[in-house]
Amino acid sequence: MKAFAELFERLDRTTKTSAKLAALREYFASADPADAAWAVAVLSGRRVKRLVPARKLAEWACDQAGIPGWLFEECYEAVGDLAETVSLLLPPPVRENELPLHGWIERRLLPLKGLDEARQRAALAQAWSELGGAERFLWNKLLTGSFRVGVSQRLVVRAVAESAGLDPAVAAHRLMGNWSPSAGFFERLIAPESDDADAGRPYPFFLAHQLDDSPDQKLGERADWLAEWKWDGIRAQLIRRRGETFVWSRGEELMTERFPELLVDATRLPDGTVLDGEILAWKDSVLPFAVLQRRIGRKTLGRKILADAPVVFLAFDLLEAGGGDLRAEPLRERRRRLETLMAAQRPGSALRLAEPLPAPDWAALAEARRGSRELGVEGLMLKRLDSAYGVGRETGPWWKWKIEPYTIDCVLIYAQQGHGRRAGLYTDYTFGVWKDGELTPFAKAYSGLSDEEIRQVDRFVRRNTLERFGPVRAVEPELVFELAFENIQRSTRHKSGVAVRFPRMNRWRKDKKPQDADTLDDVLAMIPPGP
Amino acid sequence: MTRPALLRVTEAGLYCEAGDFYIDPWRPVARAVTTHAHADHAVRGSGAYLVARQGLRVFERRLGPDAPLDAADYGERRRLGDATVSLHPAGHILGSAQVRVERDGEVWVVSGDYKVAADPTCAPFEPQRCHVFVSECTFGLPIYRWPRPEALAAEINQWWRDNAAAGRPSLLLAYALGKAQRALASLDPSIGPIYGHGAVEPLHAAYRDSGVELPATRSVGESDEPGAFRTALILAPPSALGTPWVRRFRDPSTAFASGWMLVRGARRRRSVDRGFALSDHADWEDLQAAIAATGAERVLLTHGSTAAVVRWLREQGHDADALTTRYGGEQDDDPTEAA
Repeated sequence: MKAFAELFERLDRTTKTSAKLAALREYFASADPADAAWAVAVLSGRRVKRLVPARKLAEWACDQAGIPGWLFEECYEAVGDLAETVSLLLPPPVRENELPLHGWIERRLLPLKGLDEARQRAALAQAWSELGGAERFLWNKLLTGSFRVGVSQRLVVRAVAESAGLDPAVAAHRLMGNWSPSAGFFERLIAPESDDADAGRPYPFFLAHQLDDSPDQKLGERADWLAEWKWDGIRAQLIRRRGETFVWSRGEELMTERFPELLVDATRLPDGTVLDGEILAWKDSVLPFAVLQRRIGRKTLGRKILADAPVVFLAFDLLEAGGGDLRAEPLRERRRRLETLMAAQRPGSALRLAEPLPAPDWAALAEARRGSRELGVEGLMLKRLDSAYGVGRETGPWWKWKIEPYTIDCVLIYAQQGHGRRAGLYTDYTFGVWKDGELTPFAKAYSGLSDEEIRQVDRFVRRNTLERFGPVRAVEPELVFELAFENIQRSTRHKSGVAVRFPRMNRWRKDKKPQDADTLDDVLAMIPPGP
Repeated sequence: MTRPALLRVTEAGLYCEAGDFYIDPWRPVARAVTTHAHADHAVRGSGAYLVARQGLRVFERRLGPDAPLDAADYGERRRLGDATVSLHPAGHILGSAQVRVERDGEVWVVSGDYKVAADPTCAPFEPQRCHVFVSECTFGLPIYRWPRPEALAAEINQWWRDNAAAGRPSLLLAYALGKAQRALASLDPSIGPIYGHGAVEPLHAAYRDSGVELPATRSVGESDEPGAFRTALILAPPSALGTPWVRRFRDPSTAFASGWMLVRGARRRRSVDRGFALSDHADWEDLQAAIAATGAERVLLTHGSTAAVVRWLREQGHDADALTTRYGGEQDDDPTEAA
């Protein structure tokens, strides 16, 4: 645990990628494989599921520290992080423990799952008495399933690969799909020869950057590019290997069972096929994302939900055919083979081909893009026809050319302190729009302001608090912000009757007074006529 | 009829009517009794300042060479009107004092800023028995538990040593008065040369003039080659970061010495490479111990986590209240400058 805590501190202290990479490389080069496997798991964002409820953790820590609950809350507000608050509050450790990382996780952390409350409590008290400083903090982070440090999965993969003299793309691929952290796993991860035996393993997804300029200035000839609609669904890989089907989301979640209608048609795909595409709820035309979301939220899929929200898989890329990896082939060739493959699907199949847009030049494409909202898409995807299918987000070959977001002017009405880097600052805001002469809460937003603007709003919140409800402050309705969002739906769960996607602060409208903000009617008028 | 309280807060500051003086007034007054030379406690322009003799050089530096300073030894009793006033070590910075005020057997003590931890650059905190204790509580939450000073010194020196080995200057940011000298006293000069920013060097000198032993330092001069700093540690006030002055060091490793650095969020917000939780204030446990040692029947809390400490003390059976003053800022506004 000490070595991992040291690695964590080195990563936490720097914002320089080169320093982080060096720290990771040194760690992986000398770590025991069983420790290294767990380090890869937690650093690349695989969470151990929360084993103890936050409330219990706080309660037991209070007890151990001899303080009342309200004082814990005060501390939590100053620190902004539960695991850290607990670490700082508890008395210093009374003995040392040399258990390595995998020992702490496998022998002390995971077994908590089967214990009753009294035993969990005793086990935690024991652990806390043996861990100090960063080690205790990490233990609490793992315990609450909230471990995070500023490294990307890509950087972890690169460090592992470099320390083992391996191609990062190979390491990235071996880290996809289902695996459990063990010495054996780490040894296979860094093994030189390929023994990729896992039938269900997806490829790393290739991602696009946002295009902010117009394409004719930035992308050159239209003829070099494939243009497709950018659908608002779930990006997924559909894998057909050895008579089995797997559906992986971009979040690397195995979602096969959720989409029975895809499985039927997937049996017609030849063995050794991997499609990249978008899962959408579809009835004659695409249904709003909220419909798809409702379906994903269901534990069991009854007949009604299957009838109300049937899904299709819109395939736009072919990553594997006949068991061969096609990712190095140019997109033009992958598309050609994809079209041949999809032509063999039955009429009405849930597996469909994403058709390219024929528009002959950039101007015609821009014109087509203007119709995005009516079609229920987010804009266009532009992909270089000669590009290989890469790993992660590269600049150049793939672009998303989204339509302008919806915007609404609204008034700051509630504020709450942020967490982590923003602890102690009021950074989480609720905005209202006018309805019958009152401001009704409409959306929450956390992002879009500069650090300086955040400091200004923070000062405003402190000086203009009208009321406090626990950590939330109601403030004088005075500041107007332009909120941008991607999509808007009716919602019965929201007081305003609408739900928006990806709300963020576009601009601080210092030129506007609260009475100039928009009304709920203005918002409702934006909702596209739906089913 | 009850007599007015021995000390009360007025527009100009904490006032003692019996002796007609103010303790750390935030406006110029005829007679001030001043706990220490930090700007929020020592405002220029008063007619007279009663200060601890050990801090004389430092007060002159801050209030000007002609300031009407009246120096008293620690423990020396002065008669001011109907009140008897004495100053006692607060352990905060050189010459910092608690103010003890007595009238007809009733004793109040105003802590000023204080710490209990060992500090080679100033006299250690001495608890005073009193009826009413006016205490600061900057770090009045149980999350604040300072590391041992030796452990912190070892950490700072190790950071410096590692940077020096890599040929990288170490820029240590610390409040210019008090913190910078305490940090300096804990440095191991065998690692490399120690430089000071123009704002800290005169204060080092004031400390040395007062008889405090500090490692040798040099001013960062215009003529210094960037190469001169490769193994150096440079002490500078926090405000120096982000100014052109820093550029001469080429890619320095930066660190900030402040109690707030105990919390990760505060560390990350500061955008420095390292945070060292070196504080000149009492931590939670020291605060409790200091309050208990006074035997006070009533405790008044000033700047810091006032509400939390008041509630906590009441739950422990103390008679406690908040006293609104203008020292320091609201805790989470930008406290890093003063702590």
